Amino acid sequence: MSAPSLVIAVPSKGRLKEKAASLFKAAGFQLRVKGHERGYRGQLEGLPDVEVEYTSAAEIVHQLRSGRVHLGITGEDLVRESVHDVESHVEFLTPLNFGHADVIVAVPQCWLDVSRMADLEDVAEQFARGHGRGLRVATKYMNLTRRFFAQKGVTGYRIVESVGATEATPTIGTSELIVDITSTGTTLKANNLKVLEDGLILKSQAHLLAAKRAIWDGRANELRSAIFAALST
Amino acid sequence: MTAEPAKAFEALEGQARDLVALFGEAGYEFVAPAIIQPASVFLDQIGEQVRARSYVFTDLAGEELCLRPDLTVPVSRLYLERHPRADEEARYCYNGPAFRFQPLGPSAVHPREFRQAGVECFGAREKAAADVEVLLLAVEAVRSAGLSEYKVCFGDIALFYALIDALDLPERWRLKLRHYFWRPPSFHSLVDRLAKGERVEPDRILSALGEKLAGKSQKEAEDIVSTYLEAQGVPISGNRSLREIAARLRDKAADLYADTLPREVATVIEYYLGVDAPPREAVDKVAMIAHGAGLDIDAALYAVAGRFDLLEQQGVDLSNATFTTEFGRKLEYYSGLVFQIEAPGMDQTEPVAGGGRYDNLLSALGAPHPVPAVGAAIHTERLLAAVGRTPS
Repeated sequence: MSAPSLVIAVPSKGRLKEKAASLFKAAGFQLRVKGHERGYRGQLEGLPDVEVEYTSAAEIVHQLRSGRVHLGITGEDLVRESVHDVESHVEFLTPLNFGHADVIVAVPQCWLDVSRMADLEDVAEQFARGHGRGLRVATKYMNLTRRFFAQKGVTGYRIVESVGATEATPTIGTSELIVDITSTGTTLKANNLKVLEDGLILKSQAHLLAAKRAIWDGRANELRSAIFAALST
Repeated sequence: MTAEPAKAFEALEGQARDLVALFGEAGYEFVAPAIIQPASVFLDQIGEQVRARSYVFTDLAGEELCLRPDLTVPVSRLYLERHPRADEEARYCYNGPAFRFQPLGPSAVHPREFRQAGVECFGAREKAAADVEVLLLAVEAVRSAGLSEYKVCFGDIALFYALIDALDLPERWRLKLRHYFWRPPSFHSLVDRLAKGERVEPDRILSALGEKLAGKSQKEAEDIVSTYLEAQGVPISGNRSLREIAARLRDKAADLYADTLPREVATVIEYYLGVDAPPREAVDKVAMIAHGAGLDIDAALYAVAGRFDLLEQQGVDLSNATFTTEFGRKLEYYSGLVFQIEAPGMDQTEPVAGGGRYDNLLSALGAPHPVPAVGAAIHTERLLAAVGRTPS
């Protein structure tokens, strides 16, 4: 088979995969997995020279950054977190209205003295006096956190990397506060956490993205327009 | 990546040998702390900005480590390993690599891997004498390496603290000013805010509790807070205690009703931080500012002036030195004298040596009590470049 004219990376599992599939279906392109049903390649029915690559949401970001794929569907949070210079690598074509998640700063509900980011620097001062160290922020969003805290002038903290169950770390005692995603806030409440008033770092959702470093020839651009038009209606 | 020319490397090694020999003769024992250090020590003491300037990594066991970004913290840790009770006086010297990420790319004056040679003096009770001893040694080191012209820039963190202590201020503001001193952009806006009396709009909780808390004792405040939490069905969780939460809420409530920071006080702080002059002149200026505002910081000023006397007696040329009140606001562990030695024709951001007093670092690293500590480090590549010495 000849090389595909355009490669699009879509999430390989979970709700993002289902949502992406139903989106394409509604747009008139049935998404088909090649070979057996758990394969990692697929096709868009009606667009034979488009190759679909199923891969993890995080991997899609790397593929887009390096230009190995032309288009991709993944969450804005992952893109902003893992691509250093977003604007020169990736173009946000259209939000897809699923995969909604807010990246937020949350502290224990019992911190009655804290409601805004500005409170955190004062708390850091008090905490350092009593505990001999700065505040610990548990998160998997190290870069988003660093940028946001710097922008808010909060410096008396350090990040502890957390890859799962971040919301439990303040109670366990391995962090004082967290930066995490939330969609309904239920998990935060269950862990006795509250979001700071100005602690919204990013309102994220799934996007159709284009890789600026991919090879864009005439046919690839045509296909991009077709897919963009179909998905953004 | 630029490989190092062998000749320059030999010249560096030669220079380092001489420096270490000089330190040894002065009674400083040679030590070689580990190059790979636990990252948490640096992150906790210096903050998250360490990550932006250091090689921090996670090893296969999941431990967060770093290539040491300087040698003061590693040598302090080594002192504590040898003297866990921190009850001995010790003088150490070192020469070895340190590593810093250079956001603009590594260059000759901002290399990513560089060699620091230096001294650290722990537990010496005569602080002024120890300050002078270390400073003289640093000056002697750059001189003996062949640097005939140099300029010393001084600062003193203790003088700022003395000024803040002498001001008529609520304690909560004093603590804030001390903390924000290390964060210059926020510091100026804090002073401004306190002076303008722009009250922070109370949030929902402060609106509900502010009036109840104003003027209450710590104990009463804790009761009010715990009753409120219970009524809301919110448990106390996490590492901050009820005491800490109530204490800060009390401070916030007090701010709602407090007078503003008098404009004169804000002006005194700003004038103080504007002083940048030759040492004697700077001391006079600070004295004038303090006396003009009716503040007694004479003890701290005498300490500063006395240090200059000692240095001059020892033959250090202060005629082109400066004392800058703002100097040293970068590394939060400094607590007193701070200084750097600059070579002619090199930028202020590229000193050939630097150091200072850091009396709070060792207790933060686990010492059972505060340990007086002062040290100096030579940036050996820059010194070599400044001297322009070629291997003979």
